Amino acid sequence: MQKTAEILRNADSTLFDSWVADLQSGGWGDGGRFSETDWRNQAAEFLKLLAAASQDGLPDLDGNAGTALRNNLETLSRTMAMRGATSGQTATFLFSLKKPLFAQLQKAIPNDATRLADEIWAANALIDRLGLHSVSAFQKSREELISRQQEEMLELSTPVVKLWDGVLALPMIGTLDSARTQIVMESLLQRIVETGSTIAIIDITGVPTVDTLVAQHLLKTVTAIRLMGADCIISGIRPQIAQTIVHLGIDLTGISTKASLADALTLALKRSGYVVQKQAGASA
Amino acid sequence: MIDRIPILQIGDFLLITIQVDMHDQLALQLQDDLTARIAKTGARGVLLDISTLDVVDSFIGRMISNISSVAGVLSARTVVVGMQPAVAITLVELGLSLPGVQTALNAERGMELLRLAMDEEASGDAVGQ
Repeated sequence: MQKTAEILRNADSTLFDSWVADLQSGGWGDGGRFSETDWRNQAAEFLKLLAAASQDGLPDLDGNAGTALRNNLETLSRTMAMRGATSGQTATFLFSLKKPLFAQLQKAIPNDATRLADEIWAANALIDRLGLHSVSAFQKSREELISRQQEEMLELSTPVVKLWDGVLALPMIGTLDSARTQIVMESLLQRIVETGSTIAIIDITGVPTVDTLVAQHLLKTVTAIRLMGADCIISGIRPQIAQTIVHLGIDLTGISTKASLADALTLALKRSGYVVQKQAGASA
Repeated sequence: MIDRIPILQIGDFLLITIQVDMHDQLALQLQDDLTARIAKTGARGVLLDISTLDVVDSFIGRMISNISSVAGVLSARTVVVGMQPAVAITLVELGLSLPGVQTALNAERGMELLRLAMDEEASGDAVGQ
């Protein structure tokens, strides 16, 4: 395996140039995710680190000597993930190094097929490990990205707004699952206690579908609100959803339901004893 | 450890404030005491304040429901007031939605509800006579 390490250690511009050419012909830099100077620098930097790690034979990815190399790969993968590249593209970056490296090996060992095969096998294993490492780093940063976005969505989706003195509204957006219902329920109940509101309006205009599970979550919320001593009105029920609710046989008796938030507010005002009147002589 | 919860009389109403951790024996004792008091005083309404209760189990949930039903049989209305969000969520998750139990946000509103109900009954009686 001496030859592979030696080639990596003394990596010259031929290796770099043919790698870059390979990447380019494979259309790697297309799509504007990286500027050309950017990924050229990236490739040069990577080769430098690879050379440094190959000082005493083939680089050991797990050991201390490989730390810089690993970090470099992880940074690269994270950048790729942030910019929306695929895992395939990340892996291709490293796998493209095979061809130029094998070509150099072939040149360096012209007459010994067995040794050449050994060297190529070692080089192949090394690059595969590098590729796998970068893909798993890519996957990890993608998962972090997704879970962060999920958390942000949860926080975004539970604004409790005060519509009137004693009237709270909760515009729900997105699908209702158990975790979200729990958060929605808690924040709404907490606000009811804080503000002493007697009426809470849950607006489900932004809920795309209502199935039995979603309806069950809604019913739970309504029951909890009633237990606290406040009233609940569900508004924003679209015609299709009304039909679905009836077809599924969901029992909403005892719960006030309204087509629009405006209707719900009117009902809430009426219940709290307010009258809204148009001023005589006012235009529009 | 105290062994009974005081029941205060205010006019026609009985006021129960639960300010300690409810254990089962206490709950049973409360049910006994309350029914005796309603029968003795002829109270028309019961205000059950659970605003300081922050832990419930299914037994306490059923006790609240029971108190309301028993009082109803003795023709007294029950209003449960000041339930904490966590308690409400727990009861719902336990499947105890306390049907037939009236609720209010705080003691003041609960008292209002009871008075309103008394007035309605009074006018209803007047029409009936």
